[in-house]
Amino acid sequence: MKNAIASIAVGAVGLITSGSLMAADNFITLASTTSTENSGLFDAIIPAFAEETGIAVRVIAVGTGQAFEIARRGDVDSLLVHDTLGEQQFIADGYASERLDVMYNDFIIVGPSNDPAGIAETDSVTDAFARIANSESPFASRGDDSGTHRAELRLWEDAGVIPQGEWYRELGSGMGPTLNTAAGMNAYSFTDRATWVAFQNPQDLTLLFEGDNALFNQYGSLLLSEQQHPHLKHDLASQWHQWLVSEAGQQAIADFTVNDQPLFFPNAKHRE
Amino acid sequence: MSPGDNPFYTALTLILSMDQGLFAIVILSLKVSLFAVLIASILALPLGAALALWHFPGRNALIVLLNALMGLPPVVAGLCVYLLLSRAGPLGQFGLLFTPTAMVIAQVILVFPIIAALTRQQVEALHSEYAEQLRSLGLNQLRMMPTLLWDARFSLLTVILAGFGRASAEVGAVMIVGGNIDGVTRVMTTSIVLETSKGNLALALGLGIVLLTLVTLINALAHLVSETSKRRLG
Repeated sequence: MKNAIASIAVGAVGLITSGSLMAADNFITLASTTSTENSGLFDAIIPAFAEETGIAVRVIAVGTGQAFEIARRGDVDSLLVHDTLGEQQFIADGYASERLDVMYNDFIIVGPSNDPAGIAETDSVTDAFARIANSESPFASRGDDSGTHRAELRLWEDAGVIPQGEWYRELGSGMGPTLNTAAGMNAYSFTDRATWVAFQNPQDLTLLFEGDNALFNQYGSLLLSEQQHPHLKHDLASQWHQWLVSEAGQQAIADFTVNDQPLFFPNAKHRE
Repeated sequence: MSPGDNPFYTALTLILSMDQGLFAIVILSLKVSLFAVLIASILALPLGAALALWHFPGRNALIVLLNALMGLPPVVAGLCVYLLLSRAGPLGQFGLLFTPTAMVIAQVILVFPIIAALTRQQVEALHSEYAEQLRSLGLNQLRMMPTLLWDARFSLLTVILAGFGRASAEVGAVMIVGGNIDGVTRVMTTSIVLETSKGNLALALGLGIVLLTLVTLINALAHLVSETSKRRLG
Protein backbone atom coordinates (compact mmCIF):
# COMPACT_ATOMS: atom_id res chain seq x y z
CA MET A 1 0.00 0.00 0.00
CA LYS A 2 2.73 2.37 1.06
CA ASN A 3 4.63 1.38 -2.04
CA ALA A 4 1.61 2.00 -4.25
CA ILE A 5 1.18 5.52 -2.89
CA ALA A 6 4.87 6.15 -3.34
CA SER A 7 4.78 4.97 -6.94
CA ILE A 8 1.76 7.13 -7.72
CA ALA A 9 3.42 10.17 -6.19
CA VAL A 10 6.72 9.49 -7.89
CA GLY A 11 4.95 8.73 -11.16
CA ALA A 12 3.03 11.99 -11.02
CA VAL A 13 6.17 14.02 -10.47
CA GLY A 14 7.86 12.00 -13.19
CA LEU A 15 5.08 12.72 -15.66
CA ILE A 16 5.23 16.44 -15.07
CA THR A 17 8.95 16.69 -15.50
CA SER A 18 9.44 14.11 -18.21
CA GLY A 19 8.64 14.78 -21.84
CA SER A 20 11.22 16.96 -23.46
CA LEU A 21 13.60 16.61 -20.54
CA MET A 22 14.12 12.91 -20.93
CA ALA A 23 15.85 11.81 -24.09
CA ALA A 24 15.67 8.34 -25.56
CA ASP A 25 16.30 5.32 -23.40
CA ASN A 26 19.46 4.45 -25.29
CA PHE A 27 21.96 5.88 -22.85
CA ILE A 28 24.26 4.87 -20.07
CA THR A 29 25.39 6.83 -17.06
CA LEU A 30 29.10 6.95 -16.40
CA ALA A 31 30.73 7.96 -13.14
CA SER A 32 34.09 9.52 -13.84
CA THR A 33 36.57 12.00 -12.49
CA THR A 34 36.49 15.77 -12.62
CA SER A 35 39.79 15.80 -14.55
CA THR A 36 38.30 13.99 -17.55
CA GLU A 37 35.15 16.13 -17.56
CA ASN A 38 36.70 19.54 -16.80
CA SER A 39 39.43 19.19 -19.41
CA GLY A 40 36.79 18.65 -22.09
CA LEU A 41 37.82 15.08 -22.97
CA PHE A 42 34.30 13.69 -22.84
CA ASP A 43 32.91 16.45 -25.04
CA ALA A 44 35.52 15.39 -27.57
CA ILE A 45 35.16 11.61 -27.52
CA ILE A 46 31.54 10.83 -26.57
CA PRO A 47 30.05 12.19 -29.82
CA ALA A 48 32.23 9.76 -31.79
CA PHE A 49 31.02 6.86 -29.67
CA ALA A 50 27.40 7.99 -29.92
CA GLU A 51 27.65 8.24 -33.68
CA GLU A 52 29.08 4.77 -33.99
CA THR A 53 26.70 2.99 -31.64
CA GLY A 54 23.70 5.27 -31.10
CA ILE A 55 24.35 5.17 -27.36
CA ALA A 56 24.49 8.43 -25.42
CA VAL A 57 26.78 8.65 -22.39
CA ARG A 58 25.70 10.74 -19.41
CA VAL A 59 28.70 11.74 -17.37
CA ILE A 60 28.63 12.30 -13.63
CA ALA A 61 31.95 13.89 -12.76
CA VAL A 62 32.99 13.40 -9.15
CA GLY A 63 36.10 12.46 -7.20
CA THR A 64 37.28 8.87 -7.56
CA GLY A 65 36.20 7.98 -4.01
CA GLN A 66 32.66 9.19 -4.66
CA ALA A 67 32.64 7.53 -8.09
CA PHE A 68 33.42 4.17 -6.45
CA GLU A 69 30.65 4.75 -3.91
CA ILE A 70 28.07 5.63 -6.57
CA ALA A 71 29.01 2.53 -8.56
CA ARG A 72 28.99 0.35 -5.44
CA ARG A 73 25.37 1.35 -4.86
CA GLY A 74 24.44 0.49 -8.44
CA ASP A 75 23.58 4.05 -9.47
CA VAL A 76 25.68 4.17 -12.64
CA ASP A 77 26.24 1.75 -15.50
CA SER A 78 29.94 2.31 -15.97
CA LEU A 79 33.06 3.60 -14.26
CA LEU A 80 36.18 5.36 -15.60
CA VAL A 81 38.61 6.41 -12.88
CA HIS A 82 42.31 6.70 -12.08
CA ASP A 83 43.25 4.74 -9.00
CA THR A 84 44.58 1.38 -10.16
CA LEU A 85 44.98 -0.02 -6.63
CA GLY A 86 41.46 1.06 -5.70
CA GLU A 87 40.13 -0.37 -8.96
CA GLN A 88 41.74 -3.75 -8.27
CA GLN A 89 40.24 -3.69 -4.78
CA PHE A 90 36.85 -2.86 -6.31
CA ILE A 91 37.09 -6.01 -8.44
CA ALA A 92 38.30 -8.05 -5.48
CA ASP A 93 35.25 -6.84 -3.54
CA GLY A 94 33.05 -8.24 -6.30
CA TYR A 95 31.58 -4.95 -7.56
CA ALA A 96 33.23 -5.11 -10.98
CA SER A 97 34.14 -7.98 -13.24
CA GLU A 98 36.82 -6.52 -15.47
CA ARG A 99 39.24 -3.62 -15.61
CA LEU A 100 41.06 -2.34 -18.70
CA ASP A 101 43.81 0.24 -19.05
CA VAL A 102 42.48 3.04 -21.24
CA MET A 103 44.90 5.96 -21.17
CA TYR A 104 47.32 7.83 -18.97
CA ASN A 105 48.53 11.29 -18.28
CA ASP A 106 50.75 12.54 -15.51
CA PHE A 107 50.63 14.44 -12.29
CA ILE A 108 52.58 17.66 -11.86
CA ILE A 109 53.35 20.06 -9.04
CA VAL A 110 52.38 23.68 -9.52
CA GLY A 111 53.34 26.53 -7.22
CA PRO A 112 54.25 30.19 -6.86
CA SER A 113 56.51 31.34 -9.70
CA ASN A 114 59.32 32.36 -7.27
CA ASP A 115 59.37 28.73 -6.01
CA PRO A 116 60.27 29.35 -2.32
CA ALA A 117 60.90 25.64 -1.68
CA GLY A 118 63.13 25.28 -4.73
CA ILE A 119 61.42 22.20 -6.14
CA ALA A 120 62.27 23.09 -9.73
CA GLU A 121 65.92 22.30 -8.93
CA THR A 122 65.34 18.63 -8.18
CA ASP A 123 64.59 15.63 -10.39
CA SER A 124 62.87 13.46 -7.84
CA VAL A 125 59.29 14.00 -6.81
CA THR A 126 59.92 12.65 -3.30
CA ASP A 127 62.69 15.20 -2.91
CA ALA A 128 60.35 17.93 -4.18
CA PHE A 129 57.76 16.93 -1.59
CA ALA A 130 60.42 16.84 1.13
CA ARG A 131 61.59 20.34 0.17
CA ILE A 132 58.06 21.70 0.41
CA ALA A 133 57.65 20.12 3.85
CA ASN A 134 61.05 21.27 5.11
CA SER A 135 60.52 24.87 4.04
CA GLU A 136 56.95 24.67 5.37
CA SER A 137 55.72 26.35 2.21
CA PRO A 138 51.92 26.46 1.96
CA PHE A 139 50.56 23.41 0.17
CA ALA A 140 46.93 23.01 -0.93
CA SER A 141 45.80 19.39 -0.89
CA ARG A 142 42.58 17.99 -2.33
CA GLY A 143 41.79 16.16 0.89
CA ASP A 144 38.76 14.52 -0.74
CA ASP A 145 39.78 10.87 -1.17
CA SER A 146 39.98 11.35 -4.93
CA GLY A 147 42.43 9.48 -7.15
CA THR A 148 44.71 12.53 -7.18
CA HIS A 149 44.52 12.85 -3.41
CA ARG A 150 45.34 9.18 -2.95
CA ALA A 151 48.35 9.53 -5.28
CA GLU A 152 49.51 12.61 -3.36
CA LEU A 153 49.29 10.80 -0.02
CA ARG A 154 51.36 7.89 -1.37
CA LEU A 155 54.06 10.37 -2.43
CA TRP A 156 54.19 12.02 1.02
CA GLU A 157 54.66 8.58 2.44
CA ASP A 158 57.47 7.83 -0.03
CA ALA A 159 59.07 11.12 0.91
CA GLY A 160 58.97 10.13 4.56
CA VAL A 161 56.88 13.12 5.51
CA ILE A 162 53.74 13.15 7.59
CA PRO A 163 51.98 16.12 6.06
CA GLN A 164 50.57 18.20 8.87
CA GLY A 165 50.92 21.66 10.29
CA GLU A 166 50.00 25.20 9.44
CA TRP A 167 51.49 24.93 5.94
CA TYR A 168 49.51 21.84 4.86
CA ARG A 169 45.94 22.71 3.97
CA GLU A 170 43.43 20.00 3.26
CA LEU A 171 40.63 21.57 1.27
CA GLY A 172 38.18 18.72 0.75
CA SER A 173 37.43 20.00 -2.75
CA GLY A 174 37.68 18.98 -6.36
CA MET A 175 40.77 19.72 -8.46
CA GLY A 176 39.44 22.97 -9.91
CA PRO A 177 38.37 24.52 -6.59
CA THR A 178 41.69 23.38 -5.09
CA LEU A 179 43.61 25.17 -7.85
CA ASN A 180 41.47 28.27 -7.36
CA THR A 181 42.32 28.22 -3.66
CA ALA A 182 46.00 27.48 -4.27
CA ALA A 183 46.13 30.43 -6.67
CA GLY A 184 44.42 32.60 -4.06
CA MET A 185 46.91 31.79 -1.30
CA ASN A 186 49.90 31.29 -3.60
CA ALA A 187 50.43 27.72 -2.43
CA TYR A 188 51.94 24.63 -3.98
CA SER A 189 49.50 22.03 -5.24
CA PHE A 190 49.54 18.55 -6.73
CA THR A 191 47.39 18.21 -9.83
CA ASP A 192 46.84 16.13 -12.92
CA ARG A 193 48.16 17.79 -16.05
CA ALA A 194 44.82 17.78 -17.88
CA THR A 195 43.02 19.91 -15.31
CA TRP A 196 46.00 22.26 -15.09
CA VAL A 197 46.29 22.86 -18.85
CA ALA A 198 42.57 23.53 -19.13
CA PHE A 199 42.53 25.72 -15.98
CA GLN A 200 41.87 29.41 -16.62
CA ASN A 201 42.65 31.13 -13.33
CA PRO A 202 46.33 30.35 -12.52
CA GLN A 203 47.23 33.86 -11.30
CA ASP A 204 50.85 33.54 -10.06
CA LEU A 205 50.92 29.73 -10.14
CA THR A 206 53.15 28.01 -12.61
CA LEU A 207 54.21 24.45 -13.45
CA LEU A 208 57.31 23.74 -11.35
CA PHE A 209 57.83 20.00 -11.34
CA GLU A 210 57.15 17.28 -13.90
CA GLY A 211 58.63 14.20 -15.51
CA ASP A 212 59.33 11.79 -12.64
CA ASN A 213 58.12 8.25 -13.45
CA ALA A 214 56.37 8.14 -10.09
CA LEU A 215 53.95 10.76 -11.46
CA PHE A 216 52.40 8.37 -13.97
CA ASN A 217 48.61 8.57 -13.80
CA GLN A 218 46.76 5.60 -15.26
CA TYR A 219 43.06 5.69 -16.11
CA GLY A 220 41.06 2.48 -16.21
CA SER A 221 37.57 1.50 -17.31
CA LEU A 222 35.61 -0.94 -15.19
CA LEU A 223 32.86 -3.31 -16.21
CA LEU A 224 30.45 -3.45 -13.30
CA SER A 225 29.29 -6.74 -11.84
CA GLU A 226 26.11 -8.26 -13.29
CA GLN A 227 25.64 -10.36 -10.17
CA GLN A 228 25.71 -7.37 -7.83
CA HIS A 229 23.51 -5.11 -9.93
CA PRO A 230 21.46 -7.04 -12.52
CA HIS A 231 19.31 -3.96 -13.28
CA LEU A 232 22.16 -1.97 -14.88
CA LYS A 233 22.53 -1.60 -18.64
CA HIS A 234 25.41 -4.04 -18.84
CA ASP A 235 25.07 -4.61 -22.55
CA LEU A 236 25.37 -0.92 -23.47
CA ALA A 237 28.03 -0.32 -20.81
CA SER A 238 30.08 -3.18 -22.22
CA GLN A 239 29.97 -1.59 -25.68
CA TRP A 240 31.37 1.63 -24.19
CA HIS A 241 34.02 -0.29 -22.24
CA GLN A 242 35.14 -2.10 -25.39
CA TRP A 243 35.00 1.02 -27.54
CA LEU A 244 37.36 2.90 -25.21
CA VAL A 245 40.09 0.33 -25.83
CA SER A 246 39.24 -0.18 -29.52
CA GLU A 247 41.22 1.50 -32.25
CA ALA A 248 38.49 4.09 -32.80
CA GLY A 249 38.28 4.93 -29.11
CA GLN A 250 42.02 5.12 -28.65
CA GLN A 251 42.33 7.36 -31.70
CA ALA A 252 39.60 9.68 -30.39
CA ILE A 253 41.51 10.04 -27.10
CA ALA A 254 44.77 10.72 -28.93
CA ASP A 255 43.09 13.34 -31.13
CA PHE A 256 41.87 15.38 -28.17
CA THR A 257 44.04 18.42 -27.51
CA VAL A 258 43.80 21.68 -25.59
CA ASN A 259 45.97 24.52 -26.93
CA ASP A 260 47.48 21.97 -29.35
CA GLN A 261 48.65 19.93 -26.38
CA PRO A 262 47.45 16.34 -26.02
CA LEU A 263 46.22 15.75 -22.48
CA PHE A 264 45.61 12.01 -22.41
CA PHE A 265 47.70 9.29 -23.99
CA PRO A 266 45.90 6.11 -25.03
CA ASN A 267 47.64 2.95 -23.78
CA ALA A 268 45.12 0.12 -23.95
CA LYS A 269 46.72 -3.28 -24.06
CA HIS A 270 44.51 -5.44 -26.19
CA ARG A 271 42.95 -7.60 -23.50
CA GLU A 272 44.59 -8.06 -20.14
CA MET B 1 41.14 43.80 -18.29
CA SER B 2 40.11 42.43 -21.66
CA PRO B 3 36.38 42.34 -22.48
CA GLY B 4 36.47 38.55 -22.01
CA ASP B 5 37.39 39.03 -18.35
CA ASN B 6 34.43 41.28 -17.63
CA PRO B 7 31.52 39.28 -16.20
CA PHE B 8 28.93 41.86 -17.25
CA TYR B 9 30.22 41.77 -20.79
CA THR B 10 30.21 37.97 -20.65
CA ALA B 11 26.65 37.94 -19.34
CA LEU B 12 25.51 40.30 -22.06
CA THR B 13 27.24 38.23 -24.75
CA LEU B 14 25.64 35.08 -23.35
CA ILE B 15 22.18 36.61 -23.48
CA LEU B 16 22.59 38.23 -26.87
CA SER B 17 24.09 35.17 -28.53
CA MET B 18 20.97 33.15 -27.59
CA ASP B 19 23.30 30.21 -27.08
CA GLN B 20 21.32 26.95 -27.47
CA GLY B 21 23.09 25.24 -24.60
CA LEU B 22 22.51 28.16 -22.27
CA PHE B 23 18.89 28.36 -23.35
CA ALA B 24 18.32 24.71 -22.46
CA ILE B 25 20.02 25.17 -19.09
CA VAL B 26 17.89 28.22 -18.27
CA ILE B 27 14.67 26.42 -19.24
CA LEU B 28 15.59 23.39 -17.15
CA SER B 29 16.45 25.57 -14.14
CA LEU B 30 13.11 27.34 -14.34
CA LYS B 31 11.17 24.13 -14.95
CA VAL B 32 12.72 22.33 -11.99
CA SER B 33 12.38 25.22 -9.55
CA LEU B 34 8.88 26.24 -10.62
CA PHE B 35 7.58 22.67 -10.39
CA ALA B 36 9.20 22.30 -7.01
CA VAL B 37 7.57 25.51 -5.77
CA LEU B 38 4.20 24.51 -7.24
CA ILE B 39 4.22 21.11 -5.55
CA ALA B 40 5.53 22.52 -2.30
CA SER B 41 2.85 25.24 -2.30
CA ILE B 42 0.03 22.76 -2.90
CA LEU B 43 1.20 20.81 0.13
CA ALA B 44 2.45 23.59 2.39
CA LEU B 45 -0.24 26.27 2.10
CA PRO B 46 -3.03 24.10 3.57
CA LEU B 47 -0.68 22.65 6.15
CA GLY B 48 0.50 26.09 7.24
CA ALA B 49 -3.07 27.35 7.52
CA ALA B 50 -4.15 24.25 9.45
CA LEU B 51 -1.29 24.74 11.88
CA ALA B 52 -2.47 28.30 12.44
CA LEU B 53 -6.09 27.36 13.11
CA TRP B 54 -6.08 24.05 14.95
CA HIS B 55 -4.65 23.53 18.38
CA PHE B 56 -3.53 20.01 19.17
CA PRO B 57 -0.88 18.36 21.31
CA GLY B 58 2.53 18.64 19.71
CA ARG B 59 1.55 21.68 17.68
CA ASN B 60 4.29 23.84 19.12
CA ALA B 61 6.88 21.16 18.51
CA LEU B 62 5.73 20.92 14.89
CA ILE B 63 5.99 24.69 14.46
CA VAL B 64 9.50 24.71 15.91
CA LEU B 65 10.47 21.83 13.66
CA LEU B 66 9.17 23.57 10.53
CA ASN B 67 10.95 26.78 11.49
CA ALA B 68 14.16 24.85 12.04
CA LEU B 69 13.85 23.04 8.71
CA MET B 70 13.87 26.42 6.96
CA GLY B 71 17.58 26.25 7.69
CA LEU B 72 18.05 22.73 6.30
CA PRO B 73 21.34 22.73 4.38
CA PRO B 74 20.61 21.91 0.71
CA VAL B 75 23.42 19.39 0.63
CA VAL B 76 21.79 17.45 3.48
CA ALA B 77 18.43 17.45 1.69
CA GLY B 78 20.27 16.28 -1.43
CA LEU B 79 21.99 13.50 0.44
CA CYS B 80 18.70 12.27 1.94
CA VAL B 81 17.03 12.22 -1.47
CA TYR B 82 20.10 10.54 -2.94
CA LEU B 83 19.95 7.72 -0.38
CA LEU B 84 16.19 7.42 -0.93
CA LEU B 85 16.41 7.21 -4.73
CA SER B 86 19.65 5.27 -4.99
CA ARG B 87 19.29 1.75 -6.38
CA ALA B 88 20.17 0.45 -2.95
CA GLY B 89 17.56 2.74 -1.34
CA PRO B 90 13.83 2.28 -0.69
CA LEU B 91 12.69 4.01 -3.91
CA GLY B 92 15.55 2.65 -6.00
CA GLN B 93 13.38 0.60 -8.34
CA PHE B 94 12.03 3.74 -10.05
CA GLY B 95 15.44 4.67 -11.42
CA LEU B 96 14.94 8.36 -10.68
CA LEU B 97 18.44 9.24 -9.56
CA PHE B 98 20.28 11.65 -11.86
CA THR B 99 17.04 12.85 -13.50
CA PRO B 100 15.27 16.22 -13.31
CA THR B 101 12.54 14.51 -11.27
CA ALA B 102 15.04 13.80 -8.51
CA MET B 103 16.00 17.47 -8.53
CA VAL B 104 12.35 18.52 -8.18
CA ILE B 105 11.90 16.16 -5.22
CA ALA B 106 14.98 17.55 -3.47
CA GLN B 107 13.87 21.14 -3.99
CA VAL B 108 10.35 20.38 -2.74
CA ILE B 109 11.94 19.26 0.52
CA LEU B 110 13.87 22.51 0.73
CA VAL B 111 10.97 24.80 -0.18
CA PHE B 112 8.18 23.07 1.74
CA PRO B 113 9.25 24.15 5.27
CA ILE B 114 9.69 27.77 4.19
CA ILE B 115 6.22 28.03 2.68
CA ALA B 116 4.54 26.07 5.48
CA ALA B 117 6.20 27.98 8.32
CA LEU B 118 5.65 31.43 6.84
CA THR B 119 2.06 30.62 5.85
CA ARG B 120 1.36 29.51 9.40
CA GLN B 121 2.63 32.83 10.68
CA GLN B 122 0.70 34.93 8.14
CA VAL B 123 -2.57 33.10 8.61
CA GLU B 124 -2.26 33.15 12.37
CA ALA B 125 -1.80 36.93 12.35
CA LEU B 126 -4.81 37.38 10.10
CA HIS B 127 -6.86 35.00 12.18
CA SER B 128 -6.25 36.83 15.44
CA GLU B 129 -7.39 39.99 13.69
CA TYR B 130 -10.64 38.55 12.34
CA ALA B 131 -11.34 35.70 14.76
CA GLU B 132 -14.45 37.25 16.27
CA GLN B 133 -16.05 38.23 12.97
CA LEU B 134 -15.37 34.81 11.51
CA ARG B 135 -16.83 33.11 14.52
CA SER B 136 -19.92 35.33 14.46
CA LEU B 137 -20.49 34.15 10.90
CA GLY B 138 -20.57 30.66 12.33
CA LEU B 139 -17.54 29.44 10.42
CA ASN B 140 -15.66 26.48 11.79
CA GLN B 141 -11.91 26.13 11.24
CA LEU B 142 -12.28 24.11 8.04
CA ARG B 143 -14.44 26.85 6.49
CA MET B 144 -12.12 29.57 7.76
CA MET B 145 -9.12 28.04 6.05
CA PRO B 146 -9.86 28.98 2.42
CA THR B 147 -11.19 32.39 3.49
CA LEU B 148 -8.07 33.26 5.42
CA LEU B 149 -5.74 31.87 2.75
CA TRP B 150 -7.52 33.95 0.12
CA ASP B 151 -7.43 37.04 2.30
CA ALA B 152 -3.71 36.60 2.88
CA ARG B 153 -2.98 35.94 -0.80
CA PHE B 154 -0.77 38.98 -1.33
CA SER B 155 1.51 38.23 1.57
CA LEU B 156 1.43 34.56 0.62
CA LEU B 157 2.71 35.50 -2.81
CA THR B 158 5.79 36.90 -1.11
CA VAL B 159 6.04 33.68 0.87
CA ILE B 160 5.96 31.64 -2.32
CA LEU B 161 8.57 33.91 -3.88
CA ALA B 162 10.80 33.30 -0.89
CA GLY B 163 10.41 29.60 -1.59
CA PHE B 164 11.24 30.13 -5.25
CA GLY B 165 14.32 32.10 -4.26
CA ARG B 166 15.53 29.20 -2.16
CA ALA B 167 14.89 26.73 -4.99
CA SER B 168 16.54 28.70 -7.76
CA ALA B 169 19.56 29.65 -5.67
CA GLU B 170 20.51 26.31 -4.16
CA VAL B 171 23.18 24.12 -5.70
CA GLY B 172 24.07 21.54 -3.07
CA ALA B 173 20.98 19.37 -3.51
CA VAL B 174 20.66 19.37 -7.30
CA MET B 175 24.38 18.69 -7.66
CA ILE B 176 24.10 15.46 -5.67
CA VAL B 177 20.80 14.10 -6.96
CA GLY B 178 21.10 15.44 -10.51
CA GLY B 179 24.79 14.80 -11.10
CA ASN B 180 25.23 17.92 -13.28
CA ILE B 181 24.94 15.84 -16.47
CA ASP B 182 25.44 17.94 -19.58
CA GLY B 183 22.15 18.33 -21.44
CA VAL B 184 20.17 16.32 -18.90
CA THR B 185 20.46 17.67 -15.36
CA ARG B 186 22.75 20.66 -15.72
CA VAL B 187 21.09 23.82 -14.38
CA MET B 188 22.28 27.38 -13.86
CA THR B 189 23.72 26.91 -10.38
CA THR B 190 25.55 23.68 -11.19
CA SER B 191 26.96 25.31 -14.36
CA ILE B 192 28.27 28.14 -12.21
CA VAL B 193 30.01 25.66 -9.91
CA LEU B 194 31.46 23.82 -12.90
CA GLU B 195 32.81 26.95 -14.58
CA THR B 196 34.27 28.14 -11.28
CA SER B 197 36.08 24.84 -10.91
CA LYS B 198 37.51 25.26 -14.39
CA GLY B 199 38.78 28.68 -13.38
CA ASN B 200 36.42 30.37 -15.87
CA LEU B 201 35.54 33.01 -13.29
CA ALA B 202 34.18 35.56 -15.75
CA LEU B 203 31.89 33.01 -17.40
CA ALA B 204 30.77 31.74 -13.99
CA LEU B 205 29.92 35.23 -12.83
CA GLY B 206 28.29 35.96 -16.19
CA LEU B 207 26.00 32.97 -15.68
CA GLY B 208 25.30 34.27 -12.18
CA ILE B 209 24.22 37.61 -13.60
CA VAL B 210 21.94 35.85 -16.10
CA LEU B 211 20.37 33.84 -13.26
CA LEU B 212 19.88 36.91 -11.10
CA THR B 213 18.29 38.76 -14.02
CA LEU B 214 15.83 35.93 -14.55
CA VAL B 215 14.89 35.75 -10.88
CA THR B 216 14.44 39.52 -10.86
CA LEU B 217 12.12 39.31 -13.86
CA ILE B 218 9.99 36.67 -12.17
CA ASN B 219 9.77 38.73 -9.01
CA ALA B 220 8.86 41.82 -11.00
CA LEU B 221 6.12 39.87 -12.73
CA ALA B 222 4.73 38.66 -9.41
CA HIS B 223 4.87 42.18 -8.00
CA LEU B 224 3.07 43.56 -11.03
CA VAL B 225 0.30 40.97 -10.78
CA SER B 226 -0.23 41.63 -7.09
CA GLU B 227 -0.20 45.42 -7.47
CA THR B 228 -2.65 45.30 -10.37
CA SER B 229 -5.12 43.11 -8.55
CA LYS B 230 -4.81 45.17 -5.37
CA ARG B 231 -5.67 48.31 -7.31
CA ARG B 232 -8.61 46.58 -8.93
CA LEU B 233 -9.92 45.72 -5.51
CA GLY B 234 -9.71 49.40 -4.64
